[in-house]
Amino acid sequence: MTPHVLSIVTLLPLAGALVLTLVPRRLDQVLRVGALIVSLAAFAASIRLYTGFDGSSASYQFEEQVAWMPSLGASYHIGIDGISLLLVLLTTLLMPIALASAWHAIEDRTKEFVIAMLVLETGMVGVFVSLDLFLFLVFWEAMLIPMYFVIGVWGGANRIYAAVKFVLYTMAGSALMLVAILALYYRHGVATGTFTFDVPIVTRWVVPAGLGQNLMFLAFALAFAIKVPLFPFHTWLPDAHVEAPTAGSVILAGVLLKMGTYGFLRFSLPIFPDASLTFGPIVLALAVFGIVYGAWVSTVQPDLKKLVAYSSVSHLGFVMLGIFTLNVQGLVGGVIQMINHGLSTGALFLMVGMIYERRHTRLIADFGGLWKVIPAFSALFLVVVLSSLGLPGLNGFVGEFLILIGAFQTNRGLAALALTGIIFAAVYLLWMYQRVIFGEVTHEENRGLRDLSLREWALIVPLVIFIVWIGVYPTVFTGPTEATVEALIAQVQSKASVALR
Amino acid sequence: MIPAPPISLAVLAPALIVMGAGCLVLLLDLLPPRASKVHLATVALLGVVAALLTSLAAWGGRGRGFRDMVILDNYALFFHVVICYGAALIVLLSIDYLRRSGVESGEYYALVLFSTSGMLLLTSASDLIVVFLAIELMSLSLYVLSGLFKGRRQAGEASMKYFLLGAFASAFLLYGIALLYGATGTTNIDRIAAAAAAAPHDTLLIAGLGLLLVGFGFKISSAPFHMWAPDVYEGAPTSVTALIATGSKAAVFAVLVRLLLSGVRAVQADWTAVLWVLAALTMTLGNVVAIAQSNLKRMLAYSSIAHVGYMLVGLAAGGAAGAGAVLFYLLAYTFTTAGTFGVITLCVRAGEEAVDVRDYAGLGRRHPVLAFALALLLLSLVGIPPLAGFVGKFYLFGAAVRAGFVWLTVLGVLNSAVAAYYYLRVIVTMYMQEPDGQSASVAPSFAGGLALTIAVIGVVLLGLMPAPFVDLAQVAVAPLLR
Repeated sequence: MTPHVLSIVTLLPLAGALVLTLVPRRLDQVLRVGALIVSLAAFAASIRLYTGFDGSSASYQFEEQVAWMPSLGASYHIGIDGISLLLVLLTTLLMPIALASAWHAIEDRTKEFVIAMLVLETGMVGVFVSLDLFLFLVFWEAMLIPMYFVIGVWGGANRIYAAVKFVLYTMAGSALMLVAILALYYRHGVATGTFTFDVPIVTRWVVPAGLGQNLMFLAFALAFAIKVPLFPFHTWLPDAHVEAPTAGSVILAGVLLKMGTYGFLRFSLPIFPDASLTFGPIVLALAVFGIVYGAWVSTVQPDLKKLVAYSSVSHLGFVMLGIFTLNVQGLVGGVIQMINHGLSTGALFLMVGMIYERRHTRLIADFGGLWKVIPAFSALFLVVVLSSLGLPGLNGFVGEFLILIGAFQTNRGLAALALTGIIFAAVYLLWMYQRVIFGEVTHEENRGLRDLSLREWALIVPLVIFIVWIGVYPTVFTGPTEATVEALIAQVQSKASVALR
Repeated sequence: MIPAPPISLAVLAPALIVMGAGCLVLLLDLLPPRASKVHLATVALLGVVAALLTSLAAWGGRGRGFRDMVILDNYALFFHVVICYGAALIVLLSIDYLRRSGVESGEYYALVLFSTSGMLLLTSASDLIVVFLAIELMSLSLYVLSGLFKGRRQAGEASMKYFLLGAFASAFLLYGIALLYGATGTTNIDRIAAAAAAAPHDTLLIAGLGLLLVGFGFKISSAPFHMWAPDVYEGAPTSVTALIATGSKAAVFAVLVRLLLSGVRAVQADWTAVLWVLAALTMTLGNVVAIAQSNLKRMLAYSSIAHVGYMLVGLAAGGAAGAGAVLFYLLAYTFTTAGTFGVITLCVRAGEEAVDVRDYAGLGRRHPVLAFALALLLLSLVGIPPLAGFVGKFYLFGAAVRAGFVWLTVLGVLNSAVAAYYYLRVIVTMYMQEPDGQSASVAPSFAGGLALTIAVIGVVLLGLMPAPFVDLAQVAVAPLLR
């Protein structure tokens, strides 16, 4: 096994970005190709993580630890388990696709764009692999800035508003998390005598139940809930998604939102089990509310991108529902649904971006009858839409089914309500599809549209392969997760009972 | 007969070197070549660097002199390094900036050096009389420097305001020193500590301390004694603004921390309560008012007020952790702020200094390197990892949480989220907006570029590898807490 393979996956994009700063800006083709090669190399390296991963073990693998600030107890400690493995793979898969999707869409300041994207990749992977709270915080906050530039520089008409809103929301959320991390650090230090930010060590400690734990949980939860976004903290999302360039939307929906749900899995549940149980019902209720609300609001959107954006609120509600059921089915479903959402919504944004590039409009009313003009696009779009609404045989079904099984055991009423979200998903997605693709060609401008180019085929096909693969044979993906999830649940239950006793 | 105090010049060496360089500059200014002043700047730079090296060489020692009125311990040396770095950056930034502004003169460098030597003396003062002398030495030079642009109304206002309010603050300081002397019978900080420990509930002591806090509060521009700062920052030449914002603050913080932690630790509960309020007020006021500023220098003035607020949080936390965090923060802040003002000195619009935020529109396209440097410095001020400002805030707030000031910390982090708004606005302007009409262009300057490079490297280095510097800060505060 290659040593430091996880560090390579994490830091390769950053190193690539640094090298690309040396390339003169007029060679934008070189910059694009270079960035693509770097991101593909990171993806190739991350496949080694999958092949070398022992799915039967729940412990951290590919661990690396280097002292960083010994007097503080912070170190460069990284490692992955069954949850982060999938998310790292998702990130490294989506990044080359996002970069390639911007091949013609981003022609202004290409150099800054590819550098921002690569730095962003390091930030996102870093969030998923950090096993040190300080390191996590560094990646979590640092990741904001490249995303801010991607939205603010290359976005749509209202981009500045969207970018600033995105950053301020996230920073306000993580500000309190910083205090909670410090409080956790000192409480752990005072109680055990070891002052450390190391996640595995801190997680082993049982935080005394009570006000302190509740406040810390809430501070963490706020940061994560904004990122997810959990209703009612979702208002930054439609702006950011709509204004971001396609590549930005793909990454934002595909990976960034998962950082919130990942945070709940990695930190909130295992470190604050009592508070998670206390506030669980509220989170479940908000999640289900988000599912239904997101679906309803999607239904009435006239703009394709906004529709997909609000559908994210609904889909991420499912993820949150799964996580807070606190049983194996729900949690595994939640993790798989994180991946599914990354794949299908990423693909949806890509395809919306493709027709936007052709027509420079995203209004549903400006389309109609596209099947006659661009059949290949329409067929692939159908697969992606069906995956997003959870058709059996495609990936979305697997996740939502598992989540609903889990939720049914926890709270039948909420599960039934959540189920309506699936029905509404069918409504808004199929209705949108019908208006855009079927019928007669209502606008003359649409007659001359080109069908998919080779590059666009290459963008969509990998995603469709995974969409079908997870749908037909999910064990490949759920396998590595199950052991981790079971260990997580056992940990929550044992710690909660210890604390209650 | 009064015995003459023993002369021990070694403890004054850094301050004397800088002072000597200042005198040398004044002398050389009378000799040819008269057209260019670059050689004077070189002498000034060499003087500051020599003081820096002397300070580094003295690290680990513990010199005392003049009957314990001056003390050269690691604590003072840490500040020496911070101040000398700041002063060196400012001399580098001044060379082309002054020539462009048409106010190049030998006195400028001499005054910068005198002021710097005042700052150095202040950090090693362990007697309130020396504190007063050093503050005056530092401030009088700064009053003059801030009025350097004689022709401009703002400069006159800046100088006048700074002088009048500064004199007012000096009066508070003196009165406070007098009361402390009345309460304890000494002006020596160590002996004050002993006296305060013996009689911690002396009203005279508390009153004197309160007056001192007013005086120091003025010098570090903490709310509600900050009124002068925006006008002075705006009216003074930008290089001088940088000196006021970095060196003078660092020096006054040095003596403030020394007095509070070493001198009057016995009444910590009393001053902690005051600092709590001051910190909350200062950071909130600074950040909220900064949002409304469209002049970059005024915005940075309010932002520096806010940063003082953060440092007061660390000071309120007290102890080795709090003081160490303040020291590290000052180091990070000095690099960042000197660099930020440095960028302004390099930008011109229509022959004038580019001070309006809108002047920076499109800078990211026209001067990507400079814009990137400014963006990095501003992000460090926001507190984005992995830059110096983030680590500094992390330590400050960590110390505050440790000391139990959770709500003050919450206020602090919320304030830094507010601060993100106005710092990011500058970045928005640089990268995301196109100029309407004339906008800033960059005046090439080798020395300025060098200074910026040093500042940016410092900001990144302190962010990525903070451990050795944090350890130094911890070593430095050890003598205070004995």
